[in-house]
Order: sequence, then C-alpha cells, then structure tokens
Amino acid sequence: MTRIYKHRLFWPVVALAALLLACTLKRPDILGISVLDGHLFGAPIDILRNSAPLLLVSLGMTLVIATRGIDLSVGATVAIAGAVALTFIAGSHDPGSLGTALGAVVVALGLCLVLGGFNGFLVSGLGIQPIIATLILMTAGRGVAMLITGGQITTVNSAPFAALASGFLLGLPVAALIAYGVFIVIALLVRRTALGMLLEAVGINPDASRLAGVKSKTLVFTVYTLCGALAGLAGLIFASNTMAADANNAGLFIELDAILAVVIGGTSLAGGKFNLGGTLVGVLIITTLNLTVTVLGISPLVTPMFKAIVVIAVTLMMSPRLRGMLAGLRERRRYQEVNA
Amino acid sequence: MIAPTPHQRQNAATDQLATSARPVVEMTGISVEFPGVKALNSVDFRLFPGEVHALMGENGAGKSTLIKALTGVNQISAGTIVVDGKQTLFGGPADARERGISTVYQEVNLCGNLTVAENIMLGNEPRRFGGLDWKAMRAQARVHLERMGLDIDPASSLDSHSLAVQQLVAISRAMVVDAKVLILDEPTSSLDADEVEQLFRVMRRLREEGVGILFVSHFLDQIYAISDRITVLRNGQLVQERMTADLPQRELVSLMIAGTSDAEVGVATERRGKAMRTEDSAPLLQAVGLGRKGAVEPFDLDLYPGEVIGLAGLLGSGRTELARLLYGADKSDSGQLRAAGSDLKLRTPRQALAQKIAYTSEDRKGEGVVGELTVAENIILGLQAARGWMRPLPKTKAKQIVEAYMKALGVRPANPDALLKNLSGGNQQKVLLARWLATAPKLLLLDEPTRGIDIGAKTEIMNLVSELADQGMAVVFISAELEEVLRLSDRIAVMRDHKKVAEIPTTRDVDVPQLIEVIANGGESK
Repeated sequence: MTRIYKHRLFWPVVALAALLLACTLKRPDILGISVLDGHLFGAPIDILRNSAPLLLVSLGMTLVIATRGIDLSVGATVAIAGAVALTFIAGSHDPGSLGTALGAVVVALGLCLVLGGFNGFLVSGLGIQPIIATLILMTAGRGVAMLITGGQITTVNSAPFAALASGFLLGLPVAALIAYGVFIVIALLVRRTALGMLLEAVGINPDASRLAGVKSKTLVFTVYTLCGALAGLAGLIFASNTMAADANNAGLFIELDAILAVVIGGTSLAGGKFNLGGTLVGVLIITTLNLTVTVLGISPLVTPMFKAIVVIAVTLMMSPRLRGMLAGLRERRRYQEVNA
Repeated sequence: MIAPTPHQRQNAATDQLATSARPVVEMTGISVEFPGVKALNSVDFRLFPGEVHALMGENGAGKSTLIKALTGVNQISAGTIVVDGKQTLFGGPADARERGISTVYQEVNLCGNLTVAENIMLGNEPRRFGGLDWKAMRAQARVHLERMGLDIDPASSLDSHSLAVQQLVAISRAMVVDAKVLILDEPTSSLDADEVEQLFRVMRRLREEGVGILFVSHFLDQIYAISDRITVLRNGQLVQERMTADLPQRELVSLMIAGTSDAEVGVATERRGKAMRTEDSAPLLQAVGLGRKGAVEPFDLDLYPGEVIGLAGLLGSGRTELARLLYGADKSDSGQLRAAGSDLKLRTPRQALAQKIAYTSEDRKGEGVVGELTVAENIILGLQAARGWMRPLPKTKAKQIVEAYMKALGVRPANPDALLKNLSGGNQQKVLLARWLATAPKLLLLDEPTRGIDIGAKTEIMNLVSELADQGMAVVFISAELEEVLRLSDRIAVMRDHKKVAEIPTTRDVDVPQLIEVIANGGESK
C-alpha cells in the first residue's frame, strides 16, 4: 500500500480519478458509452478525441525536455501546419478529393519537419539556448502562418481532410487512433531501442555523454525535428476539426499546456529521466478538466481559477520538498510521542 | 561498557571517561536505506562526554550516513538513538540542534559577506525593542570567540580571515547553543599544519569542558594526535570500537580495508619498466608534433601495446590537455596522430572510440558519472553509444557484461539497478572503468583515476591497470601522486608549462626526488 502511495504517478492518477468522479456525481450517466451508427459515443470517447492534439504535442515536448531542452514554438507550428494544409486544399482544382487531402497532409508535415529541424539546428548546431532558439519560431511562426493564409481565415470543404478530426474508424475517432497510435509507436521506439537511455544520458550529463561517444548533437537535432513533426500532426487535427485555418488562434498556448502535461507526468524540466506514461496522464487531466468545467457548470469567469487550483494541487502533491516536509511532520509527531 | 583499564597516555579526558559511565549519545542497531543501497546496517555507536571519538572508514563505509542519522538529516529505518539518556527520534536537523548536537561540515557554510559576530549569532541574535541589539551581539560573539582562543574583531567581515579562522568561527557558532555534542566532519581537509594545531587546541579545550566530539578525518596522523577512541565502519557495518592508545596504525588500516591482511595494505603492483619492448615491436599510436594552441605545445609520443606511460607534472602543466588530444576530446591544431603507419584524424571522442581508444576524465562528476542512470546503464553507455541507438544491446548480453565487470572490479553494492549517484566515489570510478573496459579498448587514457578515492580502491585500480597492460593494452596513466606514477609506469613523460620536457624510463634508480627535480628544472638536469 505504501508503495502505491509513493509511486510518482499516484497523485496525478488520483487527480484524474477525482475529476471524473466529480463529473459522475453531477451526472451519473456521464461516463457511459453508447453505440450509434456503429460508432462509439460518450464523454470518455470525447476525452480521447479531444486529447489527441495535446497528446501529440506533449509527446514531442517530453523528449525535448528530456534532453534539457524546451520547445516554445509548437503552438506556432500547429498554426503553420493548419494554414499550409488548408491553403493547399483551397488552391487545388479538386478540393474534395482524397489525393488533395493527402497532398495537403504531406506538404504540411514536410514543412513542420523542416521547422523542427531549424530549431534542432539552432540548439545543437549553433548551441543557442533552447528557450531562446525556439522563441524565434514561436514569435515568427504565427507571422509565417498569416503570410500563408494572406491574413484571412481560410475555410475549405474537403470530406477526406475533415475525416481526420471527425471521422471514425472501427468505431473509434480517427484523431484518437492517430494520436494514441503514434504514442504507442514512440513509447515502444524509445524503450525498445536505446534511444530513451541515450536521450536521458544526454539530458543528465551532456559532457559525460559526449566523452562516452554518444552522438548528442544528432540526437538533440532528431528530437527537435520529431517534436516539430508531431506539432504539425496536431495542427492538422486542429485544422480538420474547424476546417478553418486561423493563424492567430490555432494552437494558442498549447506549448504551455504541453509543458504542464510533461511536468504533471513527473518529467523534470531539468532534463534526464522522462516518463511518457506520465505525460499521457498529464494530458488526460488537462483534457478532462475542460469536461469537468462544463459538466459542473462552472462559470467561464472562474474557469481559469478552477483549472489553476487543480494544477497547483497536483504539482504540490508531487513536490518532493512538500512530501519531505509532510514526512518530517509525521516523524516530528513520532518524536514528540517518544519524548513525551 | 568500557573496560576501565588505565591507559599509557596520561590524559585528562581519558581519566574522565573511566568515571563518566553514561554516554551522551548512544546509537544502537542503526540502519539507513536508500533506494537500492543499504547505507548502514545495524550499526552501534556511542560517544562519551569529554572525549574525541574518531569515526573511521573508507569512502562509502557509511561515515557520513551515520553522521546524517545523528543530525537528523537522514531518517533511520531501524535502531534507536539515545541522547543524554532519553530516546530520541529526529524529524530534521532542527530537532538534533535542539537536543544539543551541533555539526560543522567540511566546507565552511557561513556567509562570507557578513561580520564574524553576525555569523556566530545568526539565529540567536539578541534583540531589543523589536530590532537587533548590535552591541550585545558583538559582546556575546566576543565571549564565544574567546572560548575558542580567538582574538579577532567580531565586527570584521568573515571574508577577511583565513580558512582556519573561518573554521573556528563555524565551531564558535556551533557552540553558541551550548552543544553537548560537536560533530566535526573533515574539518582539517583544507587547513595547513599550524592551522590544524590551532583547531586541535580548541578541540582539547572543549573536551576538557566535557563536550563529546565526533571527529572525521582522512589523515591518520591527526587521528592519533587528537582522538581518544576510534570506531571503524566498513561497508555500512560496524567493525570495531577501540581505544586509540590500544590500536596500532597498521591494524587500524587493515580494519578499514576488507579482505586484506596486515601485510597487504596499500601495496599496489610495482611495474617499473616491466614491459619488455623488443626492437621490432610497432607502436600502437604515435603523436608527431601534436599540439593545440594555449593547451599543449607540439609533442612527440609513441605508445606501445602492453606499456604503461605515466604523465607526471604539476597541476595545470598540460597533462590532461595532452590526454584529451589523444582522445579527440579537443581538436589538435598542429601535428598528427599515426596508427599503423597511416595518419589518423580524431575530431570527436566517437572517432577515438571507433579506433579503440578510451579516456576517463579527471572530472569524474562533470564528465563521467551519469548520476540518475543505474550502474548497469552507466556501464553499457559507451558500448551502446558505439552501436548507435537503433541497435540496442541485447538484454541478456548487457546483463552478462554488467555482471562480469561489476564482479571483476568489485563494485559495491553489487546491485546493477542502484543509481550511480548513490555510490561512493571509489565505486563510481570503478563503474566508469567498467564502461570503458566494456568497449575493449586497445589504448586506455586514465586521467587521475585514483583521485579522491580510498586506499583500498586505489590499490585495486592500480593492480587492474597493471594487469591490463600485461594483457597487451597500452595505457596512459595520469596522477598527481608521483609515487603512484613511478610505481605503475614503464616510462614517464614529464610535463611542465604545457610542454613535454622529458621522457624517462622508470628503472630501479629513479626515485620521487629525482622526478621532482626533472619537473622543477624542466628536464635540463638529466
């Protein structure tokens, strides 16, 4: 029992359960799943689908943070991916065809790979501090997206592209299948190969890793590139959801949500040991919060406050220092009993 | 209870010992566990009022852990602590201070920019009308300083005093709360002989006042000069508690080192030009005019299989820089490396590794240890890096390698899943050696592999290096301790002012003073 209590994901999982419990108390049937037209429907399915973009971005963010880095540009990358894809579709002579949609996806992801590579080059090639290096794209990126869309909110009609966010496959939302599929692939990739260990080594002690022959520059470059591509994929799902490319608001502040998800998941911002499972829990907490706010009927005026309180509670419970203090209090009580 | 036998040494403190029956601190069956490591296993320790009690043991024996258990920094998982006859459980360092246990750590942790008086009285400042009573503070500080036999101005800034005086100020600070127990954790490591004597005078005075002093030092002479009683720990376990007067030095050292008899202590293999090089043996690696501006002036050096080359010279003489050029950790800007007759370009450590060259940095913590990874991960790191991330080392093979090297090098604790940061310095060094040996190098560059580790581990590592050379490995051995270099090397390259000034074979008639002469005169005396 004490072991479960000490597990680093104990409190995040408790927080997630508490949020879901709060929802069920208000609406007992909320967690039910029904089948409609052969598709699964219900709040849990919504959570899975709505968490897709954040999960993709947070995945990349976790790996970047593991190398002692950070990527602030993911929100801008999300906007660029949407802008490129929808502008591509709008400019084609057959917007509704599958080929056009696929072309849009390939072009947008390709560009995001380049953008991620640009970040990676700044950080690993030029040795610029990650927060500064990615700040460049964070601020410039939305401008690039504006240029692409010509300052308009581009709206298009393309059934194949819209299916990315709203389609169903085997009864499950396509967006969720993509995000969770990518999650499993990457989780296997980092733990079945030596990638995870080498990333951690670079994050914990870059100098020692270099002398041990680890190709740290290549690894860091790869991780930023991957992070860019994943943000691009998230951007496609965003764009597909609204079918409108909004350069100003798509993926706004998603970098902060992603960083939060990583931290809630128990990966230290100082780099090193990372935990993809934890990041998943963090993403689910953040997504479920939105549902809870709606179900509990919390006024939009206090929503930010409510979210902040939940986040503070989770991070406080996970803080080693606070835990140490609580343990100290218990010891002190024992001490006073013994000395009494 | 101690046997009240009379000791040869006529000492006020020891006489007092025989009469005061009750120890001021009595720790029984103390165990402390960290994840993956049992740092202390059912250790007993007692401290009597008016004695200096030395806590002895190698790195990793559990000295600091025991001290931290007594000061409330580490929570104990088993055992009891009785202070002044009352059983006690410490929730934190504040509890320990409250019970009259004060600690002065190795590094002076005072505020250099505050005055001496402020430093001493910090936390116990006399107050008046809600503000500080500066006059009373200085007066009280002066009383505490006098107790230490220190005649310095309490209003002077702490920075303006020598390290020794700062150390004594730290002790005054510890005694402000009328400590019954004073713990001095390696207080002498940065003091010179006179300063040590000054510290000892204060310790003797406090001992006469009835304070129980727990003293940790790596210097055996100091232990014998000041302590009344010695407790020896080894591998987290109590070995013995003895009166200092009844424990000869040799016996003490053999108690500290496991599995060695009295005679073997601290004797490493002596090579001294053992490697027999025939006329036709070809060098493994040749440096021809290799150099780097500002680091090492161009030098020639031939490295042969089966030979240990010692690099001797003062700190900053270019020893490390030379080794780093041979490894490609720094890029050379003149000359070249030749292997098997053809030129070799080393731009990165990775390329050196591909050529079967390995290098352990002198900066073990900064450039070697990956603390948050496990021992096993640290060992396979070099091997895995060479294979690239896409070809992970098969689990069974990794396990075999890790187990084999941990056993061969005697890594303690023998737990591959312990985090490397939880191991002692000597054992971390062994793990790093294992990392490099696992890559099966032909040339091993060891930069200060024996620095900061205890005698036992030192001997083991030196013996291992000698064995590796016997098996045909070329070794470059760097150490600040000339005796070690002389003992282990077949040839010695002497460095001075970033320049290789001499190369001498270590024949029988070369000794340390001669080596010092060469270092001092830049090889001209030869």
